[in-house]
Amino acid sequence: MLNFTIRRLLFTIPTLLFISFVIFFILDAAPSDPTGNLPLTIPPDVREKIRESLGLDQPMIIRYLLWCKQFFVNEPLNLLAQWGINIGDPDRLRVISFQTRSPVVDLIAQRMPQTLWVVGMSYVVGVLIALPIGIISAVKQYSWFDQMGTFISMIGFSVPTFFTGVLMIVIFSVWLGWFPSIYDTTLVVDSWRTLGLQIRQMAMPVFVLALFNAAQISRFMRASMLDNLNQDYVRTARAKGLRERTVLLVHVLRNSLIPVITVIALGVPQVFGGAIITEQVFKVNGLGQLLIIAIQGGDIPTVQTLTFIFAVLIVLFNLIADILYGILDPRIRYD
Amino acid sequence: MKLKSLLLGAAASLALASAAQAGRGDSGHLNIIYWQAASIMNPYLSGGTKDVDASSMVLEPLAHYDENGNMVPVLAADIPTVNNGGVSKDLTSITWKLKPGLKWSDGSAVTAKDVVFTANYCMDETGGCQQLAKFADVTKVEALDDLTVKITFGKPKPFPYGPFVGSTTPVIQARQFADCKGIKAPTCTEANFNPIGTGPFKVDEFRANDTITLSANQNFRDPDKPAFATVTFKGGGDAASAARSVLETGEFDYAWNLQIAPEILAQMEAKGKGKILAGFGPLVERLMVNLTDPNPKWGDERSTVKHPHPFLSDKAVRKALSMAIDRTTLVEVGYGKAGRVTCNVLPSPAIYNSTANDSCKVQDIAGANKLLDQAGWKRGPDGVRQKNGVRLSILYQTSTNAVRQDFQALIKDWWRQIGVETELKNIDAAVFFGGDQSSPDTFQKFFADIEMYANNFDGTDPEAYMGSWKCSEIPSPENAWLGANMPRYCNPAYDKLVAEMAGTADINKRAELAKAMNDMLMQDYVIIPLVWRGNVAARANTLAGVRLNVWDSDLWNIADWSREK
Repeated sequence: MLNFTIRRLLFTIPTLLFISFVIFFILDAAPSDPTGNLPLTIPPDVREKIRESLGLDQPMIIRYLLWCKQFFVNEPLNLLAQWGINIGDPDRLRVISFQTRSPVVDLIAQRMPQTLWVVGMSYVVGVLIALPIGIISAVKQYSWFDQMGTFISMIGFSVPTFFTGVLMIVIFSVWLGWFPSIYDTTLVVDSWRTLGLQIRQMAMPVFVLALFNAAQISRFMRASMLDNLNQDYVRTARAKGLRERTVLLVHVLRNSLIPVITVIALGVPQVFGGAIITEQVFKVNGLGQLLIIAIQGGDIPTVQTLTFIFAVLIVLFNLIADILYGILDPRIRYD
Repeated sequence: MKLKSLLLGAAASLALASAAQAGRGDSGHLNIIYWQAASIMNPYLSGGTKDVDASSMVLEPLAHYDENGNMVPVLAADIPTVNNGGVSKDLTSITWKLKPGLKWSDGSAVTAKDVVFTANYCMDETGGCQQLAKFADVTKVEALDDLTVKITFGKPKPFPYGPFVGSTTPVIQARQFADCKGIKAPTCTEANFNPIGTGPFKVDEFRANDTITLSANQNFRDPDKPAFATVTFKGGGDAASAARSVLETGEFDYAWNLQIAPEILAQMEAKGKGKILAGFGPLVERLMVNLTDPNPKWGDERSTVKHPHPFLSDKAVRKALSMAIDRTTLVEVGYGKAGRVTCNVLPSPAIYNSTANDSCKVQDIAGANKLLDQAGWKRGPDGVRQKNGVRLSILYQTSTNAVRQDFQALIKDWWRQIGVETELKNIDAAVFFGGDQSSPDTFQKFFADIEMYANNFDGTDPEAYMGSWKCSEIPSPENAWLGANMPRYCNPAYDKLVAEMAGTADINKRAELAKAMNDMLMQDYVIIPLVWRGNVAARANTLAGVRLNVWDSDLWNIADWSREK
């Protein structure tokens, strides 16, 4: 197992390098211009100077290598410096965003908490709702509960979040006035009152995203349970005289969870990617919103760095899913 | 809101409550929402309106434009003119006097050296300063004494108010930015996010592309202002939800640039929590007519002056296209309160507005048809007019934007009624306005017959703007498609007027010249104005003192804003 993990980890290095190059190449080929959104009153020759000052007059390969140096060498060294370990010249050039002229990694660090709170929480809530629904739907197949569950997951699946989000704002913020429609990222939770505010402002985005996540996972859970319920070992367990509760929760559930856990693990990188649209609708200034603003502004270093970090997470969580599979399912051995 | 700022605000209001009726910090907290988040607090490194507006709460220029387009001194003691001796007789230099006793928010004194530093900061070749155009022709900026700055130009400048007038070119502190010149400009994150300013507020916390928390500047020159102790400047989302947060839920006090469907805005306003404000600057949505042939068969020479347009070079056709348009409907559909019918490309400031072209205000399809008949354009079997084998078939391009696509559909139908066939095309704004040399879809290359967009100019002086339509401004492969003369209009009489304006200082004379240029463009139908577009903002009913300003930052007079009881 350890061998397998190390082998896979080593293999990810060329994969990620390749991915970073592809991202850079695509971004470079895309017709985006960091001066494109500036007012037309800024004349073209000034725009040309701005592009030069951003280093855009350099050939693509030079810019790519520069980014690699900044991201793979300077940023980790800078992180070490923050922990008190100084190596080399402390005046290193970090990955600087075109729009804000500040280090991209700092921007990401600033936004990570919002995304983890809102999108992460919605994932947890979604999973907690989805598992019982999936289990009950499978056990009581074609009952009214199953039909309801199917109906709700279809809604969660097919109605886009930009619609449910705005609908909820209109109902709960405009008509009822229960929740704020705009997320306050500067809120510091240090008392019961602020905790209440935090819960109120998180309620709507978490619910909207949880509905979406739950819809997907509950369908997986249900299908996996149904697969297992018809297996011979279930009949054996029942024939042994085990209680139905034990059969379902110990035997069937544990076996059914294996594929579901893979699905859940593979979904985790999406949490970090944020939910671009939902963050935009509720003005949660998280990673997804950072990405969309950077794309609109032609801020190539930010887009490149964010996309690459997402790629790293996807590769990592694929690996984690594979390893979990080996641990959970004794039939699967990698060595 | 952070506890610190709350306490600070409370302390400030307590201290001043007894001293004056309306003292600094009395109005408590102000919530502003900009649906495009501010990225940086330094307008020299980002010319985006959101960034300029955000920084205008902290950084101030020597003079502002007020809501009527008149200059009002801010850091300067008065506005220099030829009459008061501030502008030299030969128009090559301007001397500004600072108000005595001004302080930065850190308590140090504001001197002429800061102004000189700011000019050199922006004029540094390697810094990528986005306001460089404001410093055009400046050869030298020097401090004559602690309070006097002299700006010298390389040639006579009849309108020498480019540098340091308006929020785009504020004065920054020399000490704070000393190590941030030229190539090092982008690396000064701390200074760019938390500039020390002279304005009514100072930054407490800056979160890029997110939220700015500010509190009253205790060293602000007017001891009773600003009325608000603290400000939250929230960014992000979209125009509709920003409007909703002011007009429907009342969470915010002020929302900027609300370009949304007029009927939705009216519904929101009907809730009674806030008011919609509109102000009209020089922004005009217009059609540009391509006088050159964009046919791909010309290869590298398409849309260049080498090949005149097969039918748009006929003035009768251009005029008929303009006559067929119902501008009142366009205003109603696209802009509501935020738009007005105009027949000029230069509708404002008021003294420049010509009345010579007002006939365009009424749609005249019959007249357009008659004009085309007389010019020999006969309807073919498919209803499209033609002459000598040339069909009136137009490719009409614009950027992707719901209102613009509505306009395209309406105009296509009106043109169909006069026998003109139209093919519509829309291009992503970042590409269309992006100026990427390799893209065929930029508005400068203009590989289409008609294109639509809006444009305006900074400040109140139209000289540079009206100069856009000189012969030398025509974009072509030789000048890398740079240049603002999209119609490829070349008229020696027009060039003469431009040259004359560059040597005229008298404001009334300048207005006459600008009007004459506007009329020439309008009567040649090379630019077809559609809608005079306003700025739309919303304020809460309880927010007093807002004077929507199209010539400067929306927040130019935020020091005067207060909470109505």
